[in-house]
Amino acid sequence: MSTTTVAHHDEHHDDHPTGIMRWLTTTNHKDIGTMYLTFSLVMFLVGGSMILGIRAELFKPGLQLMNPEFFNQLIGVHALIMIFAALMPAATGFANWMLPLQIGAPDMALPRLNNWGFWILPPSAILLTLPFTLALFGVGDGALATGWTFYPPLSVQGGIGVDFAIFAVHLLGISSVLGSINIIVTIYNMRAPGMTLMKMPMFAWGWLITAFLLIATIPVLAGAVTMLLTDRHFGTHFFDAAGGGDPIMFQHLFWFFGHPEVYILLLPVWGFIPQILQTFSRKPMYGYKAQVYSLWAIGALAVVVWAHHFFTAGMPVPALLYFMYSTMAISLPLAVLFYCWIRTMWKGSMSFETPMLFTVGWIILFGIGGLTGLVLADVAADAQYHNSYFVVAHFHYTLFAGGIMGIMAGVYYWLPKMTGHMYNEKLGKTHFWLTAISFNVTFIPQFFVGLAGMPRRIPDYALQFAEFNMISTVGAFVLGLSQLLFVYIIISCVKGGKKATDKVWEGAQGLEWTLPSPPPYHSFTEQPVVK
Amino acid sequence: MASHSENHYFVPHGSIYPALISVGLLSMASGFVFNVTGSDTRLDGSFKNPALSYLATPGKYMMYLGLAIILTMMFKWLSTVVTESITGQYKKWEDKSFRIGMIVFICSEVAFFAAFFGALFYMRVLSVPDLASYAPDITPYKDFLSTWPSQGPGGVVLGETYKPDASFHPMTWSGLPLINTLLLLSSGATITWAHWGLIKNNRKQLIIGLFLTIALGVTFLCCQAAEYHHAYTEMGLTLKSGAYGATFFMLTGFHGFHVTIGTLMLIVIWLRSIKGHFTPEHHFGFEGVAWYWHFVDVVWLGLYIFVYML
Repeated sequence: MSTTTVAHHDEHHDDHPTGIMRWLTTTNHKDIGTMYLTFSLVMFLVGGSMILGIRAELFKPGLQLMNPEFFNQLIGVHALIMIFAALMPAATGFANWMLPLQIGAPDMALPRLNNWGFWILPPSAILLTLPFTLALFGVGDGALATGWTFYPPLSVQGGIGVDFAIFAVHLLGISSVLGSINIIVTIYNMRAPGMTLMKMPMFAWGWLITAFLLIATIPVLAGAVTMLLTDRHFGTHFFDAAGGGDPIMFQHLFWFFGHPEVYILLLPVWGFIPQILQTFSRKPMYGYKAQVYSLWAIGALAVVVWAHHFFTAGMPVPALLYFMYSTMAISLPLAVLFYCWIRTMWKGSMSFETPMLFTVGWIILFGIGGLTGLVLADVAADAQYHNSYFVVAHFHYTLFAGGIMGIMAGVYYWLPKMTGHMYNEKLGKTHFWLTAISFNVTFIPQFFVGLAGMPRRIPDYALQFAEFNMISTVGAFVLGLSQLLFVYIIISCVKGGKKATDKVWEGAQGLEWTLPSPPPYHSFTEQPVVK
Repeated sequence: MASHSENHYFVPHGSIYPALISVGLLSMASGFVFNVTGSDTRLDGSFKNPALSYLATPGKYMMYLGLAIILTMMFKWLSTVVTESITGQYKKWEDKSFRIGMIVFICSEVAFFAAFFGALFYMRVLSVPDLASYAPDITPYKDFLSTWPSQGPGGVVLGETYKPDASFHPMTWSGLPLINTLLLLSSGATITWAHWGLIKNNRKQLIIGLFLTIALGVTFLCCQAAEYHHAYTEMGLTLKSGAYGATFFMLTGFHGFHVTIGTLMLIVIWLRSIKGHFTPEHHFGFEGVAWYWHFVDVVWLGLYIFVYML
């Protein structure tokens, strides 16, 4: 039996092409995962350098570096890149790399579809950024200047950049739907014999619910931007009162996608964070069932709370109350998750390698993001904070701290497994402290200027905000530059370093740690049996 | 190989087609933007971007090129899959993957249509009544009444004056739409009959059933084309007819697009049936198309009730 498998293995799989063709044609989940993660890292730097331009402009009051239109374009493209081209591909990259290893599958269930899902991403990144280049040649006036939310009527008036962004979103949506189909099928159909749903690794749960959210909401976004496109060019009146439509309707459609999107970005991280915690606390995770049910509860609530993003746009009072209370209800399952995470560490024999540092920092900073979200969920308070820098600081605590820093924890956690080398622990820790401190230096002042009334997405501001903005800019540049250290650590880890053992971490639990580091090109051609 | 067929999953060899489809998508999307930017006109017929009108023609060719690449590569990709299927690479395990995948894909399509149904309900229930609800001294839409179908109150939109068309008539539920409903419902029955034929290994019933389904689908599309023609030439009902026109044409248009795709898929499996593909035990290709066809059917019922009847 095993000999036939090996023969089959040789004849079929190890003759993959080399060079660029290997990556263009690959159906291997590890290759595709690597491409996703690399793409994500590159786009993270691209999106990050855009925001450094913004922060440089905001270093002091008045207009110094750029005109307001370009400022707006950078803001919108920064957000779209960070959300769709940095965070989501990173999570999908981990899913590709780790899900088959964690559930004992030979590969993802639909490998060619998987390849297509990745290769749609570079064209959409080109579509997003092409308008900048076109503007240099006198075609159009640059990228979309509406922010990432595309609100009409501004987006109906906007130039060629809006059209490009609409199609970029379409392509990114196709990619996400393909990825989600693949992940759902893999989780339902490819688990090792004996691994029931309630024995799955938490990461699989996080991604399963994420994939369901994507399937339910990404097509709605596609519909919304399609209506925008026809409003722009074909004379429909979806978002225009003269024809009986309503610009607010776009906000409803957009945020029906946009709010679940927050959980789409966070749920995969909530999946592997408990795994990192149990590894470095050297005990099983606390409350597995409670965590699974909480993830489901949050996934369900995610699609019924969208209107809290535009309380001030105008809606009936009963609607305001409903969206306020349902939003606040999310804090209950989230509190259960926080309790389980902390309780997993309780009385464990903890050690603080870089992934654990990032995870503990993540819990604290993401906690701040969650609590400030509770403030914004309050209708009365939101009237004051809406569209201020308080909101900016809040969602960077959830999406940078809660998203990107979680992803970084995952990178350090799995990098030795993926590459077969240990990363430089000392540099990793340096990277953590630089990131965590400069992140807070950047965004804590933004809470204050936001509470004092500084509006977001404006290139100029009143003199009283000058000091805080200066501090914020300094923090942002340190934060941005310390990510170069991250790149250096990853590259040097890929190239060489201390050999990693199969288990890598002393307390590691799960199937992926039973394989060699790095795992063979095709792992689990025979599925393991889980008891 | 047969010895481990049940616990060995088929991981296909690499393929360049997905990456090339993406190139086609890039070409088609950017070509579309160039074309539409170059050819966009205002209501009075003048160009919106006269300085960029030279983009229209190259944009059009980029679109065609992209579309050609996508169609060619999809054809080659699906041919590979069909070859793998008839050479027996796909066993029960792979088959289950395809089934779950198709179900999830159809769910995503449901969500896509939900966006447009959502827009329809929002306009009917909220935005049109709202526009008519304000006191006359604070609204520019004094004489506007909340009725459905509505073309909206009219007004100045981004510097252009939009006026509801006086000759406007909404679509009725009887006549062509009713015939279309009957056509699609019958096609649901004929494809099930074809499926029974396949399960009983009655090839003749399979092939005739599929042929009937295709014929009904094509007839549906012809009726819809006639309906659109009638709307544009005689009823004053166009894509630009306010809330009703936008939702009517976008919903029925996307549905018609899905019927077209479904009919193409039916033609493919019909040709495959004639060539002798599919067995009573192993015919996911058939079932996937059948599921898709039923989905298109159900969407039509929703359309018929909410767009035409109510």
